[in-house]
Amino acid sequence: MTGIRMGIFSGGFFTTEAVWTALLVGGFAALVAAVAGVFTVMRGQSFAGHALADLGAVGGSGAFLLGVSQLWGFVGAGVLAAIVLEVIGLHRVRERDIATGIVFGFGLGLTALFLYLGTTLGHSSNQAVAVLFGSLFSIDPGVVGPVIGLGVLSLALVMLVSRWLSLEALDADIARARGVPVRLAGVLFMVALALAVELTALSIGAVLATALLIGPAACALQVTSRIPRAMWVAVVVGVGCTVLGIFISYESYAWSPGHRAWPASFCIVAIVFVCYLSTRVWNTVSAAMTRRRGVRRVGQVSERIREGN
Amino acid sequence: MTAVHGEREPIVRISDAAVVLGGRTVWSQVGFDVQPGEFLGLIGTNGTGKTTLLRAILGTVPLAEGSIQVLGHARGRGHDLGYVPQKVVVDPDLPLRARDVVALGLDGAKVGLPLRTRSTWERVERALGAVDAQDLSERRIGRLSGGQQQRVLLAQSLVSDPKLVLLDEPLANLDPASVQEIVALLGRISRERNMAVILTAHDMNPLLPVLDRIVYLAKGHAAVGTTQEVARTDVLTRLYGSPIEVVTVHGRVVILPASGAPDTEAVHHSEPVQREPLP
Amino acid sequence: MFAPFMTDTWIAATIVALVAGCVGVFVVLRGDAFLAHAIPHGSFAGAAGAIFFGLSPLLGMGLAAAAAALVIAVLSRRGRRDAVTALLLALLLGMGVLFLTLSGQYSNQAYGLLFGQILGVSKGELVWVVLLGAVSIAGIFVLFRPLLYTSLLPEMAAASGAAPGGMTVAFSLILALATTASVPIVGALLMFSLLVGPPAAACVLAVTPGRALVWSVCGSLGIVWASIAISFGTDLPVGFCVATLSGVSYAVARGWVRARRRMTQTGRPDLESAR
Repeated sequence: MTGIRMGIFSGGFFTTEAVWTALLVGGFAALVAAVAGVFTVMRGQSFAGHALADLGAVGGSGAFLLGVSQLWGFVGAGVLAAIVLEVIGLHRVRERDIATGIVFGFGLGLTALFLYLGTTLGHSSNQAVAVLFGSLFSIDPGVVGPVIGLGVLSLALVMLVSRWLSLEALDADIARARGVPVRLAGVLFMVALALAVELTALSIGAVLATALLIGPAACALQVTSRIPRAMWVAVVVGVGCTVLGIFISYESYAWSPGHRAWPASFCIVAIVFVCYLSTRVWNTVSAAMTRRRGVRRVGQVSERIREGN
Repeated sequence: MTAVHGEREPIVRISDAAVVLGGRTVWSQVGFDVQPGEFLGLIGTNGTGKTTLLRAILGTVPLAEGSIQVLGHARGRGHDLGYVPQKVVVDPDLPLRARDVVALGLDGAKVGLPLRTRSTWERVERALGAVDAQDLSERRIGRLSGGQQQRVLLAQSLVSDPKLVLLDEPLANLDPASVQEIVALLGRISRERNMAVILTAHDMNPLLPVLDRIVYLAKGHAAVGTTQEVARTDVLTRLYGSPIEVVTVHGRVVILPASGAPDTEAVHHSEPVQREPLP
Repeated sequence: MFAPFMTDTWIAATIVALVAGCVGVFVVLRGDAFLAHAIPHGSFAGAAGAIFFGLSPLLGMGLAAAAAALVIAVLSRRGRRDAVTALLLALLLGMGVLFLTLSGQYSNQAYGLLFGQILGVSKGELVWVVLLGAVSIAGIFVLFRPLLYTSLLPEMAAASGAAPGGMTVAFSLILALATTASVPIVGALLMFSLLVGPPAAACVLAVTPGRALVWSVCGSLGIVWASIAISFGTDLPVGFCVATLSGVSYAVARGWVRARRRMTQTGRPDLESAR
């Protein structure tokens, strides 16, 4: 089997160290993002999740200017933005998205400012570009340790508040009546979300952070409505898409014209999107089938009534 | 297309209809006509499919079987139809006054420059007046209380002089005095304009003075007729499939599971049962 | 500042402010801030693709924006709208990176689209910008009432014959048009800030939808003109000025309304005791 694979593909996938780092860091980031993503999608906070990814990049470029470690720029800006978003957080989704948009727009304005300051100080704009799009095959080994630490912290926070959030998803007033500290739960979850998003954005790029946060969780919630099971499905989908995407990206070097490897971020995002579309199609088809089966049951019920009369 | 609609034609004709949602049959074999000017109550406990029946009339829920004709069309849409859903959540910050909301009932579906004539505003004010809400005209819709919003939305559904109005639980969030007031108002408007009204309610008692007929939904089936015809021990026992007792106390209809009945699924939708001792 | 070489900048910025002010009111009323972010930023993929295939970036952006608008409108009919938007945006950005990689240039022009500067516009492009902008404003005016009705009371609107689904598609396409007109001149960031900030402030302050529209257009014109002046004087990036002023305008509007409400609330007992 391995021989055949080596025969078809270019080989060297599992023997390259950069690939192993990409698989480990990418897979771990996908896992953390998938778990946080389930509640993000359920609570309708996809926009906030995406905004946190880009706002972390603002901190990244700011840290670059100040000469601070990029890691702390990302995490600092992300957690700060998360707390701001939650504190101004209005309860109706419509208003919350507008407020998110305004904070987000302001943050992006800061990116423009930092870019400008950076270029006047003689840096190139490629730094910010790399922050936004990332590159899985050139992960700085120095970030691996902190990334794993922050990821574990994020997972622990999500687990800590998961029961509160489940009850709140049912109804905020019921949760409050049961003694759930709804406000605190919201803040803790936003911090967990920020950590998950920032570590993904830092290690593999802001674009991928959005895709890996929302995509697997959205797939999972199409398939099941039970929260623990949705988390498992999301993790499997997220890690699977990441591994497959890295593999395709690695192989694309061999068959792409001009030997320009397809970016891993594109490959992973495309696979995630295809997964989501398939679950949607699957759902539509199975719903249509139950409807047809349901009509037959109507017939049976009316039969019984007639007999009963 | 203006379908010629004779006075004798029913406004709504439902024949042998069934709806299946998520694999569950909500109700089946439902059939009745609604005549012009008729006041019809859809009565039943929570979860019996009253709202679904309204949506089926609107055409927003597909039928699994049977057919529904509204004003000569397959689905109820347009100027001749007013609708107030059960739960309308309005953001307090929307830049919209009560009169703007009512005006949308006249021209909200029309494409064109957003200019309104004096006669439009006069009709809007008349509709607000009909529900005693002129004083709310300039207030922001999101800042009104639930009952006030209900009145404005009712004015919105009446402003186009429809032939049929569908109201989903219009009495649910009102205090007893307002309930009486709104019921009297609806009865008067329905009579004066020869306008058919279909409304859902879990308790038929406040509506007894104005109801022409009721559709009683239970266990996936419907019983149709005047209150005297439907609110009877034998009819409802057959509908529920378990012994039901219908008692009239001080002119109020009370429906309870017959004593000793094994089926304890509560049918008590008249609160007075607890408060007033049975004679 | 009013030198001849700046004339085109002033004209272009004014058009953008008009378009964003009009379209933005419905972005706010519909709670579509995410869409207003995703379509301008996602259209970057179209520009990158057009560079790769050797087409006009304006055409590429237009196609990408329209496609994104349609896909989001169709998929979000039965799905979670925000999740669909996030996924499609990520896909578009990923495609943008792919095209840039394949065409072998980390094109500064394409990234300029994302972070936004007022770029040079040729006279030929300016014609298209005016045309597309005019069409999107006309669309907003002609569909004003059905858009308002379906955004605020979708069930009642459906009963009286306006189709909420159809209006969602129509509005998404108008947003795509407005994006295509504006992003090439001012960048995605500036467009996004203008679509959300001044309209949100206007909706907080105004009492009727018509007034919200007027205030929103005035606000975005003021912000854009002030930003160009500040940027000209201090050399700060225009995108930063617009984003900051937009955020500030919303915060001021909220604070003003809250202060006014508190004043009327403390005023009320006095009135009653006077009676």
